[in-house]
Amino acid sequence: MIQQVLFLFLAVVAIGSALGAVLARSPINSALWMVVNLIAVAGLYITLNALFIGVLQVLVYAGAIMVPILFVIMLLNLGSMPAPSEIQWKHVVAFILGVALLTQLAFVLAIGLDALPEMSVSEEAVAASSAREIGKMLFTRYVLPFEIIAILLLAATIGAVMFAKRKFA
Amino acid sequence: MDLSQAYDAMLGDLAGAFPLVLLAVAGLVIVVWDAFRNNDPLLPYIAGGALAIGLVFEGSQLASEQTTLFYGNIRAGGFAAFINMVLLGGTLLSVVLSVPYLRQIKHAYGEVYALMLFATVGMMALATGNSLIMLFVGLETMSVCLYILVGLVRKDEGSIESAFKYFVLGAFATGFFLYGIALLYGATGTVYLHEMQSGFAQSGATTMFWAGVGLLLVGFFFKVSAVPFHMWTPDAYQGAPTTLTGYMSTTSKAAAFTALILVLYYALPPERWTTVLAVVAVLTMVAGNVLALAQDNVKRMLAYSSIAHGGYILVGLAAGTAAGYSGALYYLLIYSIMNIGAFGVIALLEWDGKIGREQTMESLSGIGTQRPFLGLAMAVFMFSLIGFPPFGGFFGKVAVFGPAIDAGLTWLAVIGLLASVASAGYYLRVVYVFSFKSADERPAEAPATGTGFNVPFSSLAVLSLCVVLLVVVGFIPGLRDVTTHYFIDMAVAAGTL
Amino acid sequence: MELTVNWYLALSAILFSIGVMGVLFRSNAIVILLSVELMLNAVNVSIIALAQMMADSTGHILVFFVLAVAAAEAAIGLSLVIALFRTKPTVDVNEFNLLKH
Repeated sequence: MIQQVLFLFLAVVAIGSALGAVLARSPINSALWMVVNLIAVAGLYITLNALFIGVLQVLVYAGAIMVPILFVIMLLNLGSMPAPSEIQWKHVVAFILGVALLTQLAFVLAIGLDALPEMSVSEEAVAASSAREIGKMLFTRYVLPFEIIAILLLAATIGAVMFAKRKFA
Repeated sequence: MDLSQAYDAMLGDLAGAFPLVLLAVAGLVIVVWDAFRNNDPLLPYIAGGALAIGLVFEGSQLASEQTTLFYGNIRAGGFAAFINMVLLGGTLLSVVLSVPYLRQIKHAYGEVYALMLFATVGMMALATGNSLIMLFVGLETMSVCLYILVGLVRKDEGSIESAFKYFVLGAFATGFFLYGIALLYGATGTVYLHEMQSGFAQSGATTMFWAGVGLLLVGFFFKVSAVPFHMWTPDAYQGAPTTLTGYMSTTSKAAAFTALILVLYYALPPERWTTVLAVVAVLTMVAGNVLALAQDNVKRMLAYSSIAHGGYILVGLAAGTAAGYSGALYYLLIYSIMNIGAFGVIALLEWDGKIGREQTMESLSGIGTQRPFLGLAMAVFMFSLIGFPPFGGFFGKVAVFGPAIDAGLTWLAVIGLLASVASAGYYLRVVYVFSFKSADERPAEAPATGTGFNVPFSSLAVLSLCVVLLVVVGFIPGLRDVTTHYFIDMAVAAGTL
Repeated sequence: MELTVNWYLALSAILFSIGVMGVLFRSNAIVILLSVELMLNAVNVSIIALAQMMADSTGHILVFFVLAVAAAEAAIGLSLVIALFRTKPTVDVNEFNLLKH
């Protein structure tokens, strides 16, 4: 029972804050709503007993990613966007597309055409999601993608410096 | 698993993945070197040397047995060697063409070559990856490097704008791609391509499987710029430095198409996707060619033309046979040569100081008579892009349309042929403007006759090489079949043939 | 009322769709960037739920990589926003239309 209640609470918070992030007029509100969303999702991970990823979610997403976003918003001193003056056809199309996608995905996955098992996290699942097991997998089976991710992060660093520096030579 | 054994196995695998490691290390060397001696003219040589060594290595692996390395994460040898050769060769040609071009537009940063090597690492990971994790990581490494390269000339607002559009739509597509991966993982319980079928049979989560495949295909269609997911392509190609446009329009497409082929081949029963692929192929061929006809900017026209070529490749995929898949790979090789060449010529003829963003086709009138070699090379590339025999493009089209006819998709091949005929409209216009219009018809702001266009020796050599390759490639015996046996062997092993 | 994996998948689908709508609807570059992050984050919920259902650590590895990719994309996206802002002091993407044919 407690699990259902927790799930429902976190899900409502996550959906509400996601809507807030997308609909807020000022980018700073968007970013703060996003932080709420990320923490709610981290809470979901923890209810699923995925502690390691839950902690990473808070550290990397809510910490390392959101702080620069907030920083840039402050740096550029972005105020509220003016309200859109008229309804553009693009928005209508986007709205229809979005609603179609949402209903389809929710239908396909929630109404449960595939009968998936009940969500009770087993002992093995707890073991498999431990930092020890993930670390072991990361440095044996998935060592090559891990190294390539390192290259990706280096490239992203170079790119960020290149774009954001005033004079690049 | 025992860790010490694991490390022994990985050390052994390093030799097989030599080009991947070499490119990554060379890229790191360039970054560090560049930090101490900024924009050293030696840097492109490091990149070119690493690429050449990798190319020779893969060439030696071409006949060897196909294996998987690093716990089945990537493929090596045989089929993988072929596609790696396309990627490494395309990058090498682009690096050589980029050196004088970037110097001319005053953006000869050392980092560019490092980023090109990193992008190629990503492409190789994508094209030879055997697990969905590898595909995702490779795709992202490639994309992030390309976002940066597109926005290289950031003082030009068109360039930065195109980079931003490319980034937003690319990241958007990544979301779909990743969602597809997640659902496939859930439906099959594995991330390895060759285990997907059996995992799917075991779990029976049908809806999730097909939803995952659909989302993954949307991600792929974005990356190979198939209509209706092509809207980023013209903007990104137009705003990128021209030689790098040639690079990203060929190698990234080759890598993404190869990954798509392998996903289709391993994860899906073919008969269910023929219709979807055929419809997308028709849309892509028709829309690409029709929109290209209307373009006045050379780069934008070539961008739409490259969309159309993606459509021809999709015809081969729609056939869903070993011949169709290997024909598509063969087409990718030829397409890479001719497109890099075409963008190479355009790069040499650029004068507007805005990376060709506002340069119209008429401004290149009469170049062919003033610079006979460039006129001749451009004519060869254009005729090859049309698919005119005896140039490579013709053999490429035979290789993709033939299997489609064999698979009973005659109507699709006919549409492809009609689209090729329509494409002659804009390709021949380039030839006409180059060779049969006089230089007097150029707009007033274009540079005076014959000046301004320096043709360095290295570019000349690369363009000649492309021309020669296009003339002879169709007559190299066995090249067409080099990848065929891979799919046939696998089909035999799986007992489906 | 049992809590099944489908619930998590449905939540993930809803969050993903909100992110998609954000990218399509909004014209503020920063909000578009946030929406992309929201999409990736939504997918992670699916992956973790499925991985825990199957007691498989591969899903966790995938999420780990997604976090790294999200960080890289945020870095590139933000620096592009700064560069865009330098060429024209706005983050409204509708204002950037040099590349129309």
